Amino acid sequence: MKLSEIVRLTGGTVVCGERHIDENVDYAFASDLMSDVLTLRITDFLLITGLANVQAMRTAEMSDLKYLLFARGKQVTDDMVELADENGIMIISTPYSVFRTSGILYGAGLKPVY
Amino acid sequence: MTLQFNVEGGDFARAGYASSQIKKILKEIGVDPDVIKHVVVALYEAEVNIVAHAYHGVITADIEKEGIRIVLDDAGPGIPDIPRAMERGYSTASPEVREMGFGAGMGLPNMKDNTDSLDIESVVGKGTKVTMYNKFE
Ligand SMILES: Nc1ncnc2c1ncn2[C@@H]1O[C@H](COP(=O)(O)OP(=O)(O)O)[C@@H](O)[C@H]1O
Ligand SMILES: [Mg+2]
Repeated sequence: MKLSEIVRLTGGTVVCGERHIDENVDYAFASDLMSDVLTLRITDFLLITGLANVQAMRTAEMSDLKYLLFARGKQVTDDMVELADENGIMIISTPYSVFRTSGILYGAGLKPVY
Repeated sequence: MTLQFNVEGGDFARAGYASSQIKKILKEIGVDPDVIKHVVVALYEAEVNIVAHAYHGVITADIEKEGIRIVLDDAGPGIPDIPRAMERGYSTASPEVREMGFGAGMGLPNMKDNTDSLDIESVVGKGTKVTMYNKFE
């Protein structure tokens, strides 16, 4: 699924990493628990989370993941954007909850990691 | 090559800085991306543990031709029962730590899963020393 489609379906906005908008991603994982994200072996997936903080950015960096979607319109700070830019990470923000976001994207064909 | 970083307990804003720096260097010298991911996932969990559970720590990374050896030496409360702490799900983390996305008792098992060797020594009331090694091949 194209990132542009993910943005559209979730009524989201691109916070940074706009240049990734035409890329494709097949898998997604939803979690607020960074230790859980860190157990994943795959790197090419969208992380859907309600945890918008520096630790989410660091987790993305260590996991080599490129696409982050923050649910419930969580505020993305300048520090977070800086880390995202440094590591080539795209941040999308949606007003929808993790539950609603996941339901929509699953229904649209994005595959679960587990 | 030897790299050293100080880590302060409670400083969540900076947690992951050392892991990030070490990752950049491993990338620069051309270490396999899969190996880098294993190293930095283990290292990041260990760095977060200093921030979450200890007062102050020093991370020393020795990068050699065959692999990387990382020692995380902290001054802190120590771990009274290491086998118990290694169990998935065992955690004494504060609510603050859980708000940061950690504190589910998965850090030490994650570290074990991502390293070729993991050694933990701890003295209650003094501190904890974690030594991890990853081969580059
Ligand atoms: N550096 C440390 N100093 C003191 N205690 C530690 C340290 N690292 C781990 N621990 C103890 O081991 C437990 C399990 O650690 P871990 O598996 O990383 O889970 P978590 O950090 O999520 O609690 C911690 O809750 C803590 O009691
Ligand atoms: Mg931990």
